[in-house]
This record gives sequence, structure tokens and C-alpha cells, in this order.
Amino acid sequence: MTKQYDAIVIGGGHNGLVCAAYLGKAGKKVLLLEAADEVGGMARTREFCEGYRVSAGAHILHSLSAQVVKELALLDHGLDRSGHCLETVILDEQGAHVTAGRDSASGEGLSPEEIEAYASFKKKLRSYAELMQPMMRRRPPRVAALGFRDSVALAKLGWNMRFGLGTEEMRDFLRLAGINIYDVLDEFLGEGPASDKLKGMISLDAVMGSFTGPRSPNTVFTYLCRLMGELEGDMQLPVGGMGAVMQALANAAQAHGVEVRTAAPVSSIRTEKGCVVGVRLASGDDIDADIVVSNADPKTTFLKLLGAPKLEAGFANRVSRIRNRGTAAKLHFALRGLPKFTGLEEGQLRNRLLVASSSDFVELAFNPVKYEEVSDSPAIELVIPSLADPSLAPEGHHVMSIALPHVPYALKGGWDAEARKAFIDSVIASVERFAPGFTELVVDSELLTPADIEAQFGATGGHWHHGELALDQMLMLRPLYGAAQYTTPLDGLFLCGAGCHPGGGVSGLPGHNAAAAVLKNKKKGRAEAVA
Amino acid sequence: MNHTEQDLVTEDSPRDHYKALVKRSPFYEKQVALSNTNKWHRWKAYTVADEIECMEQEYFAVRNSCGVFDVTPMSKYRIGGPDAEAFMNRLVTRDVRKIKPGRVGYTVWCNDQGKVIDDGTIFHLEQGVYLLCAQERQYDWLMLSALGFDVEISEETNNIACLAVQGPTSCATLKAMGLAGIEGMKPFGLTHFDFGGAKLMVSRTGFTGDLGYELWIDFDSAEALWDALFEAGKDRGIRAIGGDALELARIEAGFILGGVDFVPANQCVRLHHDRSPFELDLGWLVDFSKESFTGRTALLREKQEGSRYRLVKLNIEGNKPAHNAYVMNGKGGKTIGAVSSAAWSPVAKANVALASLDLTKRINDNNIWVEIFYQKELKWHRKWARAEIVKDPFWNPERKRVTPPADV
Ligand SMILES: Cc1cc2nc3c(=O)[nH]c(=O)nc-3n(C[C@H](O)[C@H](O)[C@H](O)COP(=O)(O)OP(=O)(O)OC[C@H]3O[C@@H](n4cnc5c(N)ncnc54)[C@H](O)[C@@H]3O)c2cc1C
Repeated sequence: MTKQYDAIVIGGGHNGLVCAAYLGKAGKKVLLLEAADEVGGMARTREFCEGYRVSAGAHILHSLSAQVVKELALLDHGLDRSGHCLETVILDEQGAHVTAGRDSASGEGLSPEEIEAYASFKKKLRSYAELMQPMMRRRPPRVAALGFRDSVALAKLGWNMRFGLGTEEMRDFLRLAGINIYDVLDEFLGEGPASDKLKGMISLDAVMGSFTGPRSPNTVFTYLCRLMGELEGDMQLPVGGMGAVMQALANAAQAHGVEVRTAAPVSSIRTEKGCVVGVRLASGDDIDADIVVSNADPKTTFLKLLGAPKLEAGFANRVSRIRNRGTAAKLHFALRGLPKFTGLEEGQLRNRLLVASSSDFVELAFNPVKYEEVSDSPAIELVIPSLADPSLAPEGHHVMSIALPHVPYALKGGWDAEARKAFIDSVIASVERFAPGFTELVVDSELLTPADIEAQFGATGGHWHHGELALDQMLMLRPLYGAAQYTTPLDGLFLCGAGCHPGGGVSGLPGHNAAAAVLKNKKKGRAEAVA
Repeated sequence: MNHTEQDLVTEDSPRDHYKALVKRSPFYEKQVALSNTNKWHRWKAYTVADEIECMEQEYFAVRNSCGVFDVTPMSKYRIGGPDAEAFMNRLVTRDVRKIKPGRVGYTVWCNDQGKVIDDGTIFHLEQGVYLLCAQERQYDWLMLSALGFDVEISEETNNIACLAVQGPTSCATLKAMGLAGIEGMKPFGLTHFDFGGAKLMVSRTGFTGDLGYELWIDFDSAEALWDALFEAGKDRGIRAIGGDALELARIEAGFILGGVDFVPANQCVRLHHDRSPFELDLGWLVDFSKESFTGRTALLREKQEGSRYRLVKLNIEGNKPAHNAYVMNGKGGKTIGAVSSAAWSPVAKANVALASLDLTKRINDNNIWVEIFYQKELKWHRKWARAEIVKDPFWNPERKRVTPPADV
């Protein structure tokens, strides 16, 4: 006997959880089905070698929507936002590190003018992010048939641009939004090794998660997306890892009556006459619901769970052409002690450490990935989560979590054991340059290439955003025209994952917006009525 | 076997079309030998006759005896593999399951916007194997539509020669050629014969609205077929015809032509310049009981919200063909549409036309006029003529349907 549900959410990534929680809050009877043994998706925290735990994909909380935190009362459900606000340390081999906060910067060789340039640059770009933010908290406008709300939203954007920013700034916004971060940094920040480090950091933040280097077009836009996180709250390493954030979301969902079932992979979305009628589990069981919301990426949802034959030919083809070659990888180290970084106090290790000494450094690290190769001098984002949460490693031991923006999905010659070891060794050698003795501390390691991320977490291409975040795949084109308002060509089928507007990162916004779309959607005269 | 890049670059592959910009059908030499007008045009890559000797005689051969037209340039695709039926059903608007093996069905296919890409015929060769024929090339669209289906699609345009044999003596001619039992074939039937060791496919189909057949054979046997056919038909008024005669016959039959009566959607760039099946009076080809086919969502919406255009057949007073004429709501009234095909029909003894009306305009069906421009020795004349919307084809003879056809 199958139970009746108002809605089924496929996937318990953070967006699936957020969406389910909002639907539950609105009184819907919701079943959430997660393929893995645990919820959290790419932001799960799990053991990677005996006794050491780490957040598998996302490791830093930097974008979680304050609105979602408030509306789902996540603080009451176990979310801990009290932790240390991360600063960023851009490493220097000689110890001439530069430390950057939201609008502050310090370090050897930084002049007051350079610090001021950084602060005013951040403020300027944050004002643009602020301008875009309302657009991120709602479904993108429809282009073909502008509804009243869409017109209002666009009018607001126009108004804010013109009167919020002023003519000068509006002109600058329009000039900058579509170009590359490299040129913009050269225009606004100072010169010299210290400013170069700030540029390296911003470059890395602009390209992290997409198939770009700082000289690629669109990277101001991706940086603005990243900056929106600064409007939401502190950048943190959550206690308990990202998994604890996921647990808070699951608690909130369950408190709103959502039934969460793990180890329940969905094998297909069932339809009748162009309408969704439920799902089939890999176990063969059918579960019925008129509404199915998919947290899986768009390619998985449309081409695997639904199947191209159930879509119209043009749409199916456009789905198949969504750009989603992931390039972000993770590398986890189990360490028998805390590494010593030249010129850093132990307390500073609680921050985010970057190997990204300049925009050129990041651009050069990006180049090889275009040719399915890895750089021997990769750009690195590094944190030691066990400092914030000692329970992640055995007593006295530590875990290091590294995000690498430029690792190919398919390596020339293949990701065989040898290639993996060579790459891991090259990263160890990179870290060793800043932290002499590091190599000796490594007990074990885990490399998650984009292909591994795809295999373990289900996102096609292993992509951070479930699909490249770029001008051709943003707003009403995200993930693609015809499915950009969380609705799909199939009556009753919705999307809620990172592949949707406004994209990836643990923000909860796609899930939030999708729930609104589900709740607003009046049943179209269910297709067969006319047949 | 699914298609790979490798298949696509072999000789005669669809991607090599540019290597022979002008092609000749295997019947070309036969037609050249008969031609005394030297009038040809290009249909896709092929050279096709407008007129062989005399357009009027060719037209009357179709209506009174037997006209033979070379349709080799027709785009032809063989579709097989485990998912062929499902693929076809997702491709076209009608329910392909209703076209049994040994039958042919007319259909249209649409893009996602529910606009017609082309019309054509589906030959259900054997269970789950189809030949799709169309005026425009479709390989791209078929390959694009094949995503997710286990199908084999092969381009047969340049492998299969085809003759349309049309008119009241066509059946007797084919019988005389040795096609035993041909008279038993029903309209839209299809069967195979042995022709000197080659496989000859015959279907009771055509583009003239008359009794008629189409003969399909590989290129190598084509000339022999032509000879045998003309030998068998020589006492039955057989005549090679050009495209001009066919054009008149198809207008009389009320058949639409891509590029003339509608812009194939994949070639259309301007908003609202393409047409849906409903807008082409082909709503009967749309089967919403199928769960999914390309264009379904848009067509369902159109059905609920109404169409923008309406294709009509017009019977116009006078005898001046209303080529390119505007259609007006009342004499001198507002423009409500335009004529896309027009002709003086000798068999119907009527001035006929196909026209597209703009349904966003106010239209009084009973007071429709056309403004006809015509030329006499370079001097233009203008004429207002009343037009009546008619339901049935201008030419729709009983013999088109009767089985067996009269033995004449
Ligand atoms: C290397 C890397 C590092 C990152 N670092 C950060 C970071 O530091 N900070 C940050 O904010 N973001 C980071 N991100 C991005 C962030 O992890 C993702 O954007 C985010 O987790 C996406 O969440 P989601 O809920 O949309 O999808 P996912 O987390 O991918 O969840 C989708 C869920 O659906 C499930 N699923 C799929 N198919 C089925 C099925 N058929 N049946 C049942 N369940 C199914 C999957 O198992 C999965 O649990 C990183 C991403 C990567 C790849």
C-alpha cells in the first residue's frame, strides 16, 4: 500500500530540504526521498577515513540565506551561527601573508591607499550585489509573457539601478557586470605583491565553481553572486561541519511534517498524459503524488528520471546541451597534528587560507584544465575544520579540507591510481611550501574529482552549481528556457536544485523560490481535459 | 547501431551534400530526351522539370490519362530499431500506431512551438520499420529528435528513385507493366513487387488528388523501370510531366505546399510567420490522446486559446487567378489575409485559391473579397472579385477512392 502525499521531493540536498520544509510549513503533506544514506547532498559531512570526518563538497558556510534561516527558524532547529567569522589569508611562502576581511585588509607591504582601494572596491561591488539580491530571492521573470509581478520586479530593479546607484554607478554596473574580473581588478586595486594577493583572492572567489579563469567573461557576474553571501551573514566553518547545517534543515523539515526517507533512490518520474503522477523507486515501489519537485540536477531530472522521449524534441536537446562540466574538486587530508604555516599563528589557522598569490597565478592555474590537464601549481582554498570542531578528528589530530577550482572532470589519460597519486602529491608539495613539515603529518587522504563528485553525489558533471553559472545560463535562462521558473514543461514537475536560479552554494534560495513556485502554481487544466 | 560521427562523414552522407550542388535523378536523361522546353528548376539538390513539352497537355494527362512525375528529390528516411514506433509517435502529431504495416499515412511534424516543420508521408514498411518522406530535408531534425531513443535513421534520399504515376489510366498501365493484382490495392496501401530482380515498392499515393500510384526503386533499376512503364502506358496516354502541371493539380486537390502555403518552421525567422497544423486546416492530424509528441503543449494551448490564422479554400468569381492577392473583409474593406496559391481550375471550371486569414481581424465569412492584379502585355489591371469559402477540395473524384479502379 502506498500512502498519498501532496508532494514528493526527490533528493535531500540542502535545497530539497529547504523546499520540503517550506511546502510542509504551508500545510502540504510532503515525502522527501534521498538516494544516499544521509541527507545533505554535496554538503554532507561524512567519514573519509577511519576516525576522520569532513564536509564532502561544500565546506564553508558563506551564502546561507538569512531569510531562510529566519523563516524556517533554523536556529531553533540546531543551526549554530555563533562561530568564528572567517577571514581569508592569502599565503606567502616567505610569510608575507595578506589577511582580508569583508572590507578590511592587512599585511606586509599593504599601503593605506591599497587598503582603502580594497575597501571601496568591495563596497562598490557589494552595492551591485545588493541591487541584484531581490532578483535572487524570487523566481526569474518570464520574458515571453511578463506578468504583473515580473513587471514590478523589473521596474524595481530599474528604479534601484537608476535612483539607488545613481547615473554614474549605474553606468559602471552595466559596464562591469558582463566582463571579466581580471581587468576590473587591475582597474580598481593597487599594484605590487600585496595587492596582487587581494586580486588573487577575489579572482579565486570569482572563478570557484565554474569553468573559468579570472580572464574569462562573466567572472564579474559570478563574483557578484558570491558577494551576495556577504549580505546574508558571516563566513563560517560550522560546528559539526556542513552536515550539522543539513541536520538543522532536516529537523526543520520534519518539524513541518515532512517525511524524510533516506536510502530511497528514485528511478523514474511517472507521468500520464503529460502530467506527473508520482515516482518509482529503484526498489520498484510506486509512490503517487500530483506534485514532484526534483533536487537532482536538470540533466538527471529530465534525461534520466523522466527520459527524453517524454519531452518535446527541442527542449530535450537543449537540456542535453546544458553546460555542466564540473571543475571544482575536493582533497581531504587526515593529519596527525596541526601543520605549522610559516608566519602564521595557530589562531590564524582557523581562517580560510588561499594559495592564490595573484590573478595571473589563478589564470595560469586555470589554463591546463581547458586541455584536460592539471596544473602543478594549483590554486587552493584550504581550511582546517577540526579547529572549529575537534570532534571531526581523533584527539590531537586534524582534518584539512581543500577545494581546488581547476581540476578536470576527465583527465587526459584518465584518473587512474597513478594520476590520482601524482596529483595528490603535487598538492601536498604545494602546501609544504607554505607549511614545512606538512608532508610528514599526512595520515591519509581522499581526492574527489568532479567525476567522483558526480558518482558519489549524483550531480551530472560533478558541477558545483549543477550547471555552469554564466550569462547564457542565468535568470530566465537557468537552467534553460522553458524550465526557468522552477516549473517544467510537465504539469506537476518542478525543479528546486542548484541548477535553478540563482545557482549553487549553500544558500537555500533555489529551494525557497521553488517552494513559492509550487505553492503559487494553479493546476493548469490538467492536460487530458481537452484531449 | 546508433549514429556516430564516423557515419556522418562517409560519401553520400547528409553532410557531404555540398560536394554535388546540382544532382541529377536517374530519370533525368529520360526527361531531357523528351524535353523541348528546356524548363527546369531546383528541388533541393536535384534538377526537376517545370514543363517537358506542354504544361496544359501534361496537366490533362493527369486528369484524363496518365502523367508521370519524377519525385526522386523527395527527402526519404528509413527509420528502424527497437524504438522506431515510439520515436515516430513522438515525432509526428498523429498516432502512428494506427498506420498498420503495409499502409501509408499523411502527417505533419512540429517544433516545440507547435509550428509545422513539414508535412509528408509515413510508409509503414514492415512492423516497426518506416520510410518517412518529405519535401524538405529532415535529417537534422530527425537526429535531434532521436535523443533518448534506440533507433536507426538512415538517409535514403539518394538511394531510392521515385516516380509518381497519376491519372485515371495509371492502374491499367501498371497492370499492363506486369504488376499483378495492383487493382486490389486500396488508397494509402503499399506493396512490393519483383522488377527484374530488383525490389519495386508501389504505394497508392500521390499529390494530385486523383487515382494514382508512386513507384519506388533503387537508382540502378530506375531507367529500366521508366522504359517498362512508358512501354506499358503508350496506348493509355502516358506522358512525362513537369512541376507546373503538378502544381495546378495539387491546388485543385487542395493540398498545401511547404514554402508556398506555409513557411517550414525550421526555416522561419520572423515571429508568427510560421503555422500550426490547426492554422493549416490540418487539425485532424493532431492526436492529443498521445502522451507526448513534439509540439503537444503548444498545440493544446492553441486549441484552448484559439489560433492566429486559418487556411481556407476560396472559390473566386471570374477567371483571373488571384495570385498573391490580398483578401479583404468586404469590397474595399480591411485586409484580412492573403492568397498563397491560386489557379484557374480546368476540371472544376472554377477560379480557385488557398488563402491564409488572420483571425485577429474581424472577418465576415459571407462577404470576402480579393483584389486581383493581372497583367496584359505589361499593363497591369486591378479587379475586385467576390470569394466564397468552400469546404471540400475543388477536385475530389470518386475514382480516387474506388477499389478496384475502372479498367481504362
Ligand atoms: C568541490 C565543491 C566544493 C564546494 N564548496 C562549497 C562551499 O564551500 N560552500 C558552499 O556554499 N558551496 C560549496 N559548493 C557548492 C554546494 O555544495 C552546492 O551548490 C550545493 O550543495 C547544492 O545543493 P543542492 O541541494 O542543490 O544539490 P545537491 O547537494 O547536489 O543535492 C542533490 C541531492 O539529490 C539526491 N538525488 C539525486 N538524484 C536522486 C534520485 N534519483 N533519487 C533520490 N535522490 C537523488 C542526491 O543524492 C543529493 O543528495 C561546493 C561544491 C563543490 C562541488
